[in-house]
Amino acid sequence: MINRVLLLAAIVGIIVFGVLPVGAEDEVKRAFTDHTEEFHKVWVHLLWDIGIIGGIFLILSIYFMFAYRRKRDDQIGNGPKFTTMGMILGWALIPSFIFMADDFYLSAQGWKLWIDQRTVPENAMEVEVTGQMWGWEFEYENGAISDNDEGLVVPEGRPVVLRMKSDDVVHSFFIPRYRIKEDLMPGRVTYLWFYPKDKGEHVFTCTEFCGTNHSEMWGKVKVVSQEEFDEWSEKNKG
Amino acid sequence: MIKEWLFTTDHKRVGILYLVGSLAAFAVAGIVALLIRWELTGIGETIGGVGPDDYNFWLYFHGAAMILAFLIPGLTGFLANYLVPLMIGAHDVAFPRVNAFSVWLFWFAIVIALLSFVIPDPPDIMWTGYPPYSSEFSPGNTAFYVFTVHLIGFSSILGAVNFLCTVIYMRAPGMKWNQLNFFVWTILGAFVIQLIFVPVLASSVTLLLTDKYFGTAFFVPANGGDVLLYQNLFWFYSHPAVYVILLPAVGVMMEIISNMSKNPIFNYKAAVYGGVWGVVVLGSDVWVHHLYTSGLADWIRIGMMVTTLIISIPIGLLIISLVGTLFRGSIKYSTGMLYATSNLFLILVGGLTGIPLAMTSLTLHLAETYFVMAHFHFIMGIMATFAVFAGIYHWFPKMTGRMYSEKLGVIGFVLNFVGVNLTFWPLFYIGFLGMPRRYYDYAMFPEFEPFQVMATVGAIVVAVSMALNFYNWIVSAIFGEKAPENPWGSNSLEWTHCQSPPGPGNFPKLPKVSSKWHPHEYKPQVIEWV
Repeated sequence: MINRVLLLAAIVGIIVFGVLPVGAEDEVKRAFTDHTEEFHKVWVHLLWDIGIIGGIFLILSIYFMFAYRRKRDDQIGNGPKFTTMGMILGWALIPSFIFMADDFYLSAQGWKLWIDQRTVPENAMEVEVTGQMWGWEFEYENGAISDNDEGLVVPEGRPVVLRMKSDDVVHSFFIPRYRIKEDLMPGRVTYLWFYPKDKGEHVFTCTEFCGTNHSEMWGKVKVVSQEEFDEWSEKNKG
Repeated sequence: MIKEWLFTTDHKRVGILYLVGSLAAFAVAGIVALLIRWELTGIGETIGGVGPDDYNFWLYFHGAAMILAFLIPGLTGFLANYLVPLMIGAHDVAFPRVNAFSVWLFWFAIVIALLSFVIPDPPDIMWTGYPPYSSEFSPGNTAFYVFTVHLIGFSSILGAVNFLCTVIYMRAPGMKWNQLNFFVWTILGAFVIQLIFVPVLASSVTLLLTDKYFGTAFFVPANGGDVLLYQNLFWFYSHPAVYVILLPAVGVMMEIISNMSKNPIFNYKAAVYGGVWGVVVLGSDVWVHHLYTSGLADWIRIGMMVTTLIISIPIGLLIISLVGTLFRGSIKYSTGMLYATSNLFLILVGGLTGIPLAMTSLTLHLAETYFVMAHFHFIMGIMATFAVFAGIYHWFPKMTGRMYSEKLGVIGFVLNFVGVNLTFWPLFYIGFLGMPRRYYDYAMFPEFEPFQVMATVGAIVVAVSMALNFYNWIVSAIFGEKAPENPWGSNSLEWTHCQSPPGPGNFPKLPKVSSKWHPHEYKPQVIEWV
């Protein structure tokens, strides 16, 4: 009897701790999360969060400001007295814990999104980005080359990872549409990735001050169909 | 007369010298801000003959002058110098000559900063001065930036030593720590930050100087340096510097709100030991949130996200005390009180928009956009400026012995409040849509033009209000009617024991403080002299 129970437990254990995670891992490898969409979920949560906190404080202060105006010249305030330790600590610790709970809630949200933003999908297309005063150069896996007039041409529906470095000063590559940016600097390679799933043109800009023509260091991310992309990259090779 | 002011060691005169210097810097940097806003009303070159290089210099000057020559000296120079010895019942600061030396260092720094208007290649490196642009590629004279920072930094360190000693050793007989004015606590916190962190800033800009002019390679990766070293060192000081500005600003608000609502500060001890000192301690562990997109290791960005969000706890305690002090008060609105209470709105907007910026994953989008710019203008620019203005109005009768014009003050305040909101709310919006900072031109976002125009209109409204404020102060200081001894019915020593304006040595005799006395208590209290 005991042996059977042990055997059953072993089988269940192997399934739960052995087989299932292996399957799950495969799934993780294949799938990725479009962080641009996740960004909007977190953003909406956040707006509610700061809206409620701000609303409470604002309504209270405006109410106090009108309700407690001075009626007689010799009138003095009648605010609460903090004479006992319980009162002092209570009014310090209870709000602190509420704020802290909210901080941890937001941290968790931010952290989850952060993992999505920093985990590059395996099938991502690599593009090498070089920033220099004052323009960009993009080099594709097949040797195709582009710049900021031509734009960052990418195929629709395949994640793109940018490996970025700078030839001179600190720059920063920013695509507002995909809610991401990361600095480029001499001596380091940085990265960011995004999922272009909508055809069209989206602005990218430099967002780290880099001298006279900083504000001209912009271009378009051009999301095209796979066929158009293949054709384009063939043409721009070398 | 001129000699008297040049060689003065009196903390009140030193304070006034700080005020004049910082308001001069404020006026010039404010005019520059107007030019910047005007340039942005249209796409491309808007002001005839102004190219990106002029614009970049303006941005540099506006940022550096407002932070280093107006906000920090206005709050920790002017207000601290004028008020702290009066509030703690001292005849002067601990080292009056050092104090005079530090104000003149500050004036020299302003002269150097202003000289950059006339030199051939003015610095165009923004107030952050990031290498390798500032050290290798910029045609501008980085040295003018470095020496301005050195002089102001030296002045701040001297001020810090001076005021810490003053508060520790020169309090009136019988004055316990828990009987200090709230403003004095915030100044203590601010100067502890200055004393610890200014040397870091000084060292980082010194390395910049040697990189640029003596060929060292601290920030040149090709020669074994590191670009991020500067950014880390710079923000290691410059983030706490934000609290050097925030803390005294909250201190001024708390003083005025408590005084004008005749209410003791709501949970004074929690605000002091949790709020002020919490900010000082936690504020030193969050600098990486300025480097969220800089390619630092992922784990440190997450770690500093948590510490940055935790800052909301001490700030929250301060805000609870500010709002709670109004509760069941007896509120009378003077111009100073209007500035102080409207600051509650600014501190909430500025503080809460800081929360997405604390979250590294949201900052990946928001960093270096107008959203950041609007955020720090609300919390640091406008909030702290309103605090300085509130302070000037509230203690105007103390400093000059005369009353300012309340009518002009209120009109100025309303214009100011409307103007700043008109300026910065559109910028939040286009910032979220992706408008990057420090752009001379925005040809990629032509749809943002109406918002830029709206912001410029707001800036012009603010400029009108500033003219009214300056006029009000100058005219009232000379021709205003005599102020009563204690116009706000305060119980703090500077109102109850001194003349207005206080004579040399402040107090005829030292005031003696009983254990029942508290500066923020408005019931009739026993006042004694030694």
